[in-house]
Amino acid sequence: MDFLIINAMGYPILSAMIFLPLVGALILLCIPGDTAAKYWTMLVTVVTALLSLPLYWNFDATTAKYQFGEHAPWISSLNINYTLGIDGISLLLVLMTTLIMPLCVLGSWRYIDKRVKEFMICLLLMETSMLGVFMALDFILFYLLWEAMLIPMYLLIAVWGGPRKVYASTKFFLYTLAGSVLLLVAIIGLYLDQGTFSIPALMGQDYSTTFQVVVFLAFFLAFAIKVPMFPFHTWLPAAHVEAPTAGSVILASILLKMGTYGFLRFCLPITPEATLIFVPYVLWLSVVGILYGGFTALAQQDMKKLIAYSSVGHMGFVTLGIFVLNQQGLEGALLQMINHGITTGALFFCVGMIYERTHSRELDAAAGLGKYMPVYVSFLAFFSLSSLAFPGTNSFVGEFLILVGAFAHNKIVAAFAIPGAILAAAYMFRMLQRVVWGRPDNPDHSGIADLNLREMATLAPLLIFVFWIGLSPEPFLRVMHVSVTHLIEQVGGLGDAVSVAKLMIP
Amino acid sequence: MKLMLFAPELVLLLGSLVLFFVSTGKVGGRKARTIALSLALINVLACLNGLPLEGSLFYNAYQIDFFSQFIKLIMAMGFAVVLLFSTELKGIEDRVRPEYYLFLTLSTLGLTMLVSSVELLTMFIALELSSYSLYILVPMRDDRTGLRMQMESAIKYILFGVVATGVMLFGMSYLFGLTGTTYLAELLPILHQMMGNPAALIAIAMVLGGFFFKLAVFPFHSWVPDVYQGASNETTAFIASVPKVAAVAMLIRLTAMATPEGQALVILLIVLSVCSMFYGNLVALQQTDMKRMLGFSGIAHAGYVLLGLVTMQEVGYAASLYYIIGYLVMNLAAFLVICKVSEHGENLAVDDLGGLYQRSPLLALTLAVSMFSMAGIPPFVGFMGKFMLLTGAYKAGHLPLVIMAAINTAISIYYYLSVVRVTYSASPEERPVVVVGGVAKAVSVALVMIIIAMGLFPDSLLQLATEAVRAIL
Repeated sequence: MDFLIINAMGYPILSAMIFLPLVGALILLCIPGDTAAKYWTMLVTVVTALLSLPLYWNFDATTAKYQFGEHAPWISSLNINYTLGIDGISLLLVLMTTLIMPLCVLGSWRYIDKRVKEFMICLLLMETSMLGVFMALDFILFYLLWEAMLIPMYLLIAVWGGPRKVYASTKFFLYTLAGSVLLLVAIIGLYLDQGTFSIPALMGQDYSTTFQVVVFLAFFLAFAIKVPMFPFHTWLPAAHVEAPTAGSVILASILLKMGTYGFLRFCLPITPEATLIFVPYVLWLSVVGILYGGFTALAQQDMKKLIAYSSVGHMGFVTLGIFVLNQQGLEGALLQMINHGITTGALFFCVGMIYERTHSRELDAAAGLGKYMPVYVSFLAFFSLSSLAFPGTNSFVGEFLILVGAFAHNKIVAAFAIPGAILAAAYMFRMLQRVVWGRPDNPDHSGIADLNLREMATLAPLLIFVFWIGLSPEPFLRVMHVSVTHLIEQVGGLGDAVSVAKLMIP
Repeated sequence: MKLMLFAPELVLLLGSLVLFFVSTGKVGGRKARTIALSLALINVLACLNGLPLEGSLFYNAYQIDFFSQFIKLIMAMGFAVVLLFSTELKGIEDRVRPEYYLFLTLSTLGLTMLVSSVELLTMFIALELSSYSLYILVPMRDDRTGLRMQMESAIKYILFGVVATGVMLFGMSYLFGLTGTTYLAELLPILHQMMGNPAALIAIAMVLGGFFFKLAVFPFHSWVPDVYQGASNETTAFIASVPKVAAVAMLIRLTAMATPEGQALVILLIVLSVCSMFYGNLVALQQTDMKRMLGFSGIAHAGYVLLGLVTMQEVGYAASLYYIIGYLVMNLAAFLVICKVSEHGENLAVDDLGGLYQRSPLLALTLAVSMFSMAGIPPFVGFMGKFMLLTGAYKAGHLPLVIMAAINTAISIYYYLSVVRVTYSASPEERPVVVVGGVAKAVSVALVMIIIAMGLFPDSLLQLATEAVRAIL
């Protein structure tokens, strides 16, 4: 257990964060009334968020070990333990999750008008399982939460979704589940090899190359679908378009990060040799994803679809950063995960706010809103700029680091990714231009009210982070340095694989 | 003291006698139900009381050990749950209800005796007692709705059943011919020495066939869809759950007869397992009738259970036992919903569940939990059971089989999900609100809790299952 620093806070902070939403959901079962349900959920998520703050203050950024650790036997006959802990890779993801959830409640305040209580229960269950996934250091605990999350997410789309909710929710469920069944087999394989389900204990072991390749592929399928990487992305636009606003935000901000988190936590340290073998393929897939996402976003009329495809592109940047396997690339990828969560989450909120007013997500129907909603379009403009990685915003830092890392790794791959940044500008400006000014034949928007206080409160925290990370990323990069360095050591240098990579890349 | 060993069986036997006398008079179904229910509850108590007992009866043909007592307890609980939620017994005419309960009790009695039998003829008689009672239960469904299919189902059930029995008897005759005894305890050492002998393998395989029939393993499955569809909902609830526990228990007892060197048997089990899983899941994708779909899903689950048997190890057997207990619970939960939603005891199409979450949120939740559990989604028992089965099989070196099972999980999710989809996404349209009584509500909440608890904290029950298996190895 030398990888774990046992929690010394005096109370089990990680468990408290996991179980608070769960208990909140159970109590919510007995609370009558929709308004009470909303306030209660708000309270629970805010308390969870406040509870998560000490994680940052007390985080020791000088060690790559897992901190705030908790360890208790769970299923002793199979040596399954309840082990929790976070390091520099998961810390920011946990904090982002607790930040986004109260905003999701705020953002659904008016949007959800039927079955409010059930909706809020689903949100709380999602929070429990998402936090658990980022904190779990035992494979079975991880897998359990990873899969269990599908149920509330499925219900969020299937019950409160749009007109094609049945198609979208089924597709989402089938894709993600099909991806992860072989993950379970791989986990069992690792267990039988090492006799433990402890994730850190499985890292850096001496597996044969064949075994590593097989395990890597099983991992990769599960995580690539979740990210989603091209060509496994087709469930994403459908799910995003049909999901209610809060569902889209959770999906974009947190769920997608689980795929890339999986790469960082499992693929790289557990199967380093296989990772090196597959690096060139994954890099090219990422580049294809970036370009494909960009071009497709350019052609969308539906704003949610546009942002969904832009996600494919942005997540392509993240996987690119991960698999160049150097300090800048990995740190950039990690930061970009947070950035994407903040910016894309905010953009989905923005689209949701238009939808609440015009009941349409079509770009044409929203054209010219700027005249009546000046505050709204200012928010939208900042988030759009952030999405296209404008200097001074958060995504610029992340994307810049990723591209530095990519150039250091291979100039050709990096050069192919550059148009992605230009495409982002093209499709975001196209959307912004339409929404703010539109054409002379704009639909009549008179009578549409600008943002109210609640909506501003939903967007404002995200805007703060856009500029905070954009102008002073150091507090965020600081916590991940050591863990990323450690991760690179675990993967080892780019030994033999470089030759393979050279064969692939002219 | 010997009577105490036999207490659960005696309770059931006396109870069925009472029911028999009741059925000759003019007593209505309500009273018969009260008798049967109190009988079932007493049976649970008797089983609980008998849990730690050990001993043997009837010239050693009947063994009381932790294994048998544990299974008896599980079955007693299953029986009680079926009676608890089938309050109205919608599909059965009132005047035959006393008989209905009589045969249901007799069938349980047969199953209870079966798991204690350690002698081939006893085993046979116990099995037939339970089977014939079930054969009679199927055509008892009333034909008010113009439904005559129960007759066809009953005929199919009995024909297939008799053939399976014949195969089993034939195998038993081989066993006797090879060893000169019908006692399992004496059979075992002799059989172990002749595992290379094809006749021994064929004999064991044929005897297994009788239980494959009960468990609905491919190719002994063909009765399942029709019987499930033809029998009344409550009867199907019973057929689909309790006998399967006994079947798995007996399969474990018999498979344990073959030594780990019995490679041919292992290969046979693997082939049957793969065929069951693929056949069950692929055909289930096509079904529109709820019970038929559950029937095919049951075939697939039988395939999963075999995953534990192929290991030929204690861990695997315990996992099989755990899984079938889990299956009992989730199956009962599903059938509870079917029985309650079906207004006059008619069959339910999947579409009839439309908008159930507006008509009865609790039943919708129960159904969803049951479906997700059957599909093997955590945190429910289906996942934990499957996980243990996969781990066991992988450990025993059957990686291809494990991958097949994993792929099957992915296939099966579609039809389970489509039930959930209809329940939660479709609009109720003209369908009426479902009224659920207090008892049924309590039972469904309890079942959901058990499904979750078994999924999250398998340790203690798994330990019991392991101890039970250890008792017969």
